[in-house]
Amino acid sequence: MIIADRKPLDEIVGMVSDAKKILVLGCRGCVTVCSAGGEREVEILASLIRLGMLKQGKKIETIEGTLVRQCDKEYIDGIDEWEGQYDAIVSMACGVGVNFIANLRPSTNVYPAVNTSFFGGSADQGVWMEQCAGCGNCVLHLTGGLCPVARCAKSLMNGPCGGSVNGRCEIHPDVECIWQSIHDRLGRIGNAEAMNTIAPIRDWSTAGHGGPRKSLRDDLTI
Amino acid sequence: MTFTPDIQAFCCHYTSQQTIAEGKEGLKEDGLPANVTFNRVVCTGKLQVSTLLKAFEEGADGIYVVGCPADKCHNVKGSQRAAKRVDAIKKALAELAVEPERIEMFHLERGFHPEFVEAAQLMNKRITDLGPCPFKGEAK
Repeated sequence: MIIADRKPLDEIVGMVSDAKKILVLGCRGCVTVCSAGGEREVEILASLIRLGMLKQGKKIETIEGTLVRQCDKEYIDGIDEWEGQYDAIVSMACGVGVNFIANLRPSTNVYPAVNTSFFGGSADQGVWMEQCAGCGNCVLHLTGGLCPVARCAKSLMNGPCGGSVNGRCEIHPDVECIWQSIHDRLGRIGNAEAMNTIAPIRDWSTAGHGGPRKSLRDDLTI
Repeated sequence: MTFTPDIQAFCCHYTSQQTIAEGKEGLKEDGLPANVTFNRVVCTGKLQVSTLLKAFEEGADGIYVVGCPADKCHNVKGSQRAAKRVDAIKKALAELAVEPERIEMFHLERGFHPEFVEAAQLMNKRITDLGPCPFKGEAK
């Protein structure tokens, strides 16, 4: 899922400081699961924005809403329910949701309430770890299902580097050396010899270096 | 002008037994400040961040939560969860440049003991010293 973290409150309050009425809009997708922008976080942020404005001696009205998804045109239409009731939208969705609303509501101010951080999973309660970089050219079949692009600090295709010590990355002892883990795992699944294959120079053109990427499924388009 | 803070206390069913048994008058005799209002909840683990923030929106100058000792909560981890939420609000208050000590968590034994009233006295003294909550400035 997409992992996000709430922006600092002064930044959010600063965005809406001229507004009188705002729609604080959550998303029931990824940001609900990572507790950054679901229904509960919308309620909390709306309250904190009101308090932040009160601290400045201003009053702001908030409408709280949460859509099934903010990354889907059909669900974004749900904001019609509050049409004309707000000056600006504070979206608690990931950057995709903010962009979608901006695209589909060209005359509405839309502000992001979260920083979209990475693609990750829940490692423990309240802890999310990056697992995928969305590079567009998956090599997980060669690396035992563990991603060197997202999880190696240097995104090495032929690791580990010389900085790996006792299975830990040189950037921080808390970070596992994913290449050590790849090596160990390939051994366990009887494919250790795969480590002898030198990966060629990688083509990063699928990784967003050629502008916005697009996925088209002819069988689904009408 | 003397400032009497509005202090909202959120206590769980177990730690607030004294409030029920003694009543307002009894607690007053024990030294409980009259400006402390008790809000009883089944377990502090049920308290949502938004509930505590709402108390600030409604004019509280200070808030405190009284739950069971962290390792002896009737509902196992309820008071630990409450403490985490109080910490989250402290951080949010700091982000808004408001004194984080306007909210506090206390872990107290259930039943009758002086610490229950002492928590209220401590908060009353602390918030009186801090003065009115900055959220109470007149909104334009």
